[in-house]
Amino acid sequence: MFDIERWQEIFDTIRKNKLRTFLTGLSVASGIFILVILLGFGQGMQNGIEQEFKQDASTSVWAWPGVTSKEYKGLNPGRRIQFINENFDKVSTMYRDDIEYESARIFVRDVNVNYGKEALVYSVQGVYSDFQFIENTGMIDGRFINYQDEISTGKVAIIGKKIQKDVFNEVETPIGEFIDISGIPFKIIGVFKEMREREEERIYIPITTAQRVFNGGNRINNLSYTLPPVENFDQAVAQAVNFKNNLQSYLQQAHTVAPDDTGAMQVWSAMEEAERYYGLTSNIKIFFWFVGICTIVAGVVGVSNIMLIVVRERTREIGIRKALGAKPWSIIGMILHESIFVTAISGFTGLIFSMGLLELVGPNVEVDYVSNPSVSFNVAFATVLVLILAGTLAGFVPAWRAARVQVIESLRDE
Amino acid sequence: MIEIKDLHKSYKMGSNSLHVLKGINFTVKAGELVAIMGSSGSGKSTLLNIIGILDGADSGDYTLDGVPIEDLTETKAAQYRNKFLGFVFQSFNLINYKTALENVALPLYYQKVGRKERQKKALNYLEKVGLKEWATHLPSELSGGQKQRVAIARAMAAEPKVLLADEPTGALDSKTSYEVMALIQQINDEGNTILVVTHEEDIAHMCKRIVHLKDGVIVEDKKVEQVRAEQYV
Repeated sequence: MFDIERWQEIFDTIRKNKLRTFLTGLSVASGIFILVILLGFGQGMQNGIEQEFKQDASTSVWAWPGVTSKEYKGLNPGRRIQFINENFDKVSTMYRDDIEYESARIFVRDVNVNYGKEALVYSVQGVYSDFQFIENTGMIDGRFINYQDEISTGKVAIIGKKIQKDVFNEVETPIGEFIDISGIPFKIIGVFKEMREREEERIYIPITTAQRVFNGGNRINNLSYTLPPVENFDQAVAQAVNFKNNLQSYLQQAHTVAPDDTGAMQVWSAMEEAERYYGLTSNIKIFFWFVGICTIVAGVVGVSNIMLIVVRERTREIGIRKALGAKPWSIIGMILHESIFVTAISGFTGLIFSMGLLELVGPNVEVDYVSNPSVSFNVAFATVLVLILAGTLAGFVPAWRAARVQVIESLRDE
Repeated sequence: MIEIKDLHKSYKMGSNSLHVLKGINFTVKAGELVAIMGSSGSGKSTLLNIIGILDGADSGDYTLDGVPIEDLTETKAAQYRNKFLGFVFQSFNLINYKTALENVALPLYYQKVGRKERQKKALNYLEKVGLKEWATHLPSELSGGQKQRVAIARAMAAEPKVLLADEPTGALDSKTSYEVMALIQQINDEGNTILVVTHEEDIAHMCKRIVHLKDGVIVEDKKVEQVRAEQYV
């Protein structure tokens, strides 16, 4: 391998056979190129899906009421389910140890929101202080609702960044400004941001205020929770599924709903959903590897084929070399060395091109579920090593055939 | 130098076999210049291939410079070829992408001679055949006679015990043929053992001994008065 004479021989042959070498290299380079792009795309999908789930706390569990679709214990289908404070409190005491953050939410309807003379058409939602952590809401100014606001039914409001941009562009900060909700003034105490602009078009007020001031009674619109962190993903999924089932069966009992009535309420766990998507991405990744490996196999067959042609083309030369005293292993070594050298160089070229492309274009790719396609260098390097190994295997058959060349036949005059 | 006893060789051609050499007995001493003659199909090329360790015999003994040649592995055969034998072919068989100098240096590469040393030696042999100025030319830039002289230089570069020439003048016109024969005679004068396969009478008479092959047996083996080739050049 480190025989300088051999290297000179190889450079000689390559220099004298530029086109052939180039074509061999091209098939290998494109094989690696396709593989790396595919793997990069697979990584991009994983990134994209991870990002998709970052907007809510990953352990969050949500419950939404619906309409019953089944007769149960003498009750007719078509009954609208309404969650109430008692449901929230009960879950809160029953599963105290399982819950990290908890919040009920009420959508305040039929209210007019005004800032000075300007009418604001944004949704008003009553939530608990914990809601900040469940929604992964980031505060960019002021603070979120706190416990004090809850017990004192404080007239305070938190607005989204979009609202600040749209309405409060003339004041330095909306903090301390008052908005008017159905004639009652609310003081703005915080501005939040979300991953999606649509979710920034909300005004949060304490849920207690919402129920008392706007005639909400004890009604709530949905329940949301997050679960305490655990060591690994599998445990987190198990925990989420367990809590989800508990929550669902409690709510079904409380509202006399058939256990198999899917329409009456929806209990949704981000973790479970995430697991499905992660399962999908890992399947897609396996598929990409499969396609990539097939590409490499095609490349290898290509190299093998070309090396066979090379051997045929050089039969006479090999015959001459053998007549001059070349040993079989020196012939095998010559062909193998050349094939490995060409494979390695072109493999690296393909790698550099594809990684360059990913590096340049990758960060600009921001489609749903695909974000920043890239490959770790280790993966790429491993594929090159695999390719070189495969190239060696591919080169071995032609090399072996070269070593078997019969001198007399190869030198026979045509 | 070469001792051959009762050598047989046959080739399988489908279902029937072709008996090419039918008991050859043949001795060559060091320093001889032997012409092997015979019509096509007489077995002369087969004999040369066996002597050149490019092919094995079916039965019989072959001793080269005191070394019995039998049951050789490919590696061993390659070693012996490299050490004992130099080849000159009718169609020159130079490697067409290597320069004259590189072609001559090739057997030395397989003898593991260092690069500098190799080039010096190769240039030396090129000078001997009068082609020193053509060292950096490719075979395609040389005439037939020049190619054959490069081939002879290549064969001699390994300093073989025996030089085997298979129709060395077969592809050349008569003037060039004589030039090549003059070179072969000159090399023989220096004490080298040379076997020339030919079917041309005049070329054969430029050797010191003529062996006639017919249908796989030696029918005539005679010493001749050598005709010097220089007088025709």
